[in-house]
Amino acid sequence: MSAAANLPGWGSHSRGHVADNVLYFVRVLRAAGLPLGPAKVIDALAAVEAVGVDNRTDFREALAAVLVSRREHLPIFEQAFDLFWRNPRLLEKMLAALLPKIHGRAADVDENLPARLAQAMLPQPPPSGRGEEQESELDAAFSFSAREVLQRKDFATMTAEELTEVKALLRKMKLPLPSRPVRRTTAAARGRAIDLRATLRGSVGAGGALTPLRYRARRRRPPPLCVLCDVSGSMDRYARMLLHFLHAITSDRHRVHVLTFGTRLTNITRHLRHRDVDVALGRVAGAVEDWAGGTRIGRCLTEFNRHWSRRLLGQNAVVLLISDGLDADAGDGLAFEAERLAKSCARLVWLNPLLRYSGFEARPAGIRALLPHVDDFLPVHNLETLTDLAKALAEPHARGNAALAFAN
Amino acid sequence: MLQPLQNVNQERMPALPANVDATLGLLERHDYVAERRLATAVFLALKLRRPLFLEGEAGVGKTEIAKVLAAGLSRPLVRLQCYEGLDTAAAVYEWNYPRQMIEIRLAEAAGGIERAELSHDIFTTRFLLRRPLLQALSPEDGKPPVLLIDELDRADEPFEAYLLEVLSDYQVTIPELGTIRAQTPPIVVITSNRTREIHDAIKRRCLYHWVDYPDARRELAIVRRKCPAASESLACEVVAFTQRLRALDLFKAPGIAETLDWAEALVALDRITLDPQTVADTLGALLKYQDDVAAITPDVAAKLLREAQPAA
Repeated sequence: MSAAANLPGWGSHSRGHVADNVLYFVRVLRAAGLPLGPAKVIDALAAVEAVGVDNRTDFREALAAVLVSRREHLPIFEQAFDLFWRNPRLLEKMLAALLPKIHGRAADVDENLPARLAQAMLPQPPPSGRGEEQESELDAAFSFSAREVLQRKDFATMTAEELTEVKALLRKMKLPLPSRPVRRTTAAARGRAIDLRATLRGSVGAGGALTPLRYRARRRRPPPLCVLCDVSGSMDRYARMLLHFLHAITSDRHRVHVLTFGTRLTNITRHLRHRDVDVALGRVAGAVEDWAGGTRIGRCLTEFNRHWSRRLLGQNAVVLLISDGLDADAGDGLAFEAERLAKSCARLVWLNPLLRYSGFEARPAGIRALLPHVDDFLPVHNLETLTDLAKALAEPHARGNAALAFAN
Repeated sequence: MLQPLQNVNQERMPALPANVDATLGLLERHDYVAERRLATAVFLALKLRRPLFLEGEAGVGKTEIAKVLAAGLSRPLVRLQCYEGLDTAAAVYEWNYPRQMIEIRLAEAAGGIERAELSHDIFTTRFLLRRPLLQALSPEDGKPPVLLIDELDRADEPFEAYLLEVLSDYQVTIPELGTIRAQTPPIVVITSNRTREIHDAIKRRCLYHWVDYPDARRELAIVRRKCPAASESLACEVVAFTQRLRALDLFKAPGIAETLDWAEALVALDRITLDPQTVADTLGALLKYQDDVAAITPDVAAKLLREAQPAA
């Protein structure tokens, strides 16, 4: 196969142009969330040079070998590759300005393409002056799809512009838990216990002479975190945003488990572990069947206590209960289950978006039933409250004192 | 002594069971009444030389399988009880520091010892304390043992990660000595109470079996076998009562261990049949949560008892 057939325009272009394109391509992938450092560009160029550009498949596999380091990145890479290398000059144009050609290209974009990739392909700076007609069309198309998506709750294709920035910030958030000492030890200059092994090795190195003692200290790590997130109708708006936050803090390394509840309990930890946020949220959308439905907090907590608490709440776990406390069962059986939950974990934190109202009163039955058993009662309606969460959880707490503030 | 002499005692070890029925028979001979699915898992673990991963509620006989296998195959049982912070010093090996220090002092007193030589001398097997994993991989008598890694869910993730090397290649690496590989892999049984999920990477290397509560017939066989002092009718009543208890909405249903405890408790009280008062007095042998004990009111107990006792 010739380059001309598969990669239009390549035959006539200089080597420098290929390099530019590879550079752009890496940038697109980086914007789409692949962890690619500057060194990868050089690697990619070396790989392209090694295999040449005569065969599209070789070219593609060479780039994939260098640029993809996790299985879940492969689909992103493939889609980006297909889109990008159809016309190597396309992205230049996209980045520079919206030219008439883009109109046709945008229509080409696969509807199921992860939203992040589509956004990475599209120009960030608004074009000045030129091509206003096309711009307004594109804009309309995207806001329409955004609205449609909101109604269909398909997270993977959600591109609501006003939320994008917040989501990007949410994705960078860290686990809000303070680390605690664990039983495992690590070498430490000011440790309490003597590290005999290291001391002896040092002593042998010094030919048996006396050497300073080496020490070990307890290692520290955050406790396991279990998140129970209410996805009922009244919580819908918050839950959708919080999922981005939860995706950011859910990883193998951090012992984080996330379950959603409305009328039933769903464990979405495995879905959230997918590194790509679009794919992860897409899977969550598929798994959670009671999205934006009613709430039966008591029943869901019963199920959690019976089937999950012993598996997830070991080793001093902290529980984050994200709910507005508005219960369809009017708090029936809730107090008992909340007490059991509180007794099964080291700390029960209730995040309630309703707390944003200054005149919040613990009136509804569900809230009254839950409140006596939680250790912290915190708001969770915007970015600021989420950032403060880490601070609030770093403070030592007394069990079950959250209700004091509302005792009346 | 790290490379064990092979085939010293091997002829005295019974051969591994040739099929599922033989496995079932082997377990049966050692008073373990297993269902066929479990026997199949055990057979495959032995045949394919893969670790057996047993998960289930507390008290359903997970640990017992390792003990029975050790007894049935005349192999030593090496047990590693897991806990948080379990490290190589407790699980695999540790250097005998006091002896090493004495050796260094002696070398100093003698004088004229080369540094490299000293290092070579004190990091030898003479100064090595062998912990369960190393014992299992290089047994001193050359008999590959049954290695029981008990309650792996209590250990932390770093230990799980360490186990990966042990379980996939049956080898451990001691930096000062090199890699020690088992000549004949041990039979490995891992148990978990599922207080947390074990990483997929471990499970992938194992044959997985969920040990469930037994059905009435099998439980009766177990009680008859393990608690022969209980009369036939008492055993039947105990099993029927426990089976019905498990069907209730309890926080922690009683395991087989609890059934046996209860049967023995009733024998110790010289009961030959169940009555409501006895049930109320001895419920603590079966139920270990106050909520559950409170849920079994006299009415509920009487109802269960009526169902459990055959119409006289």
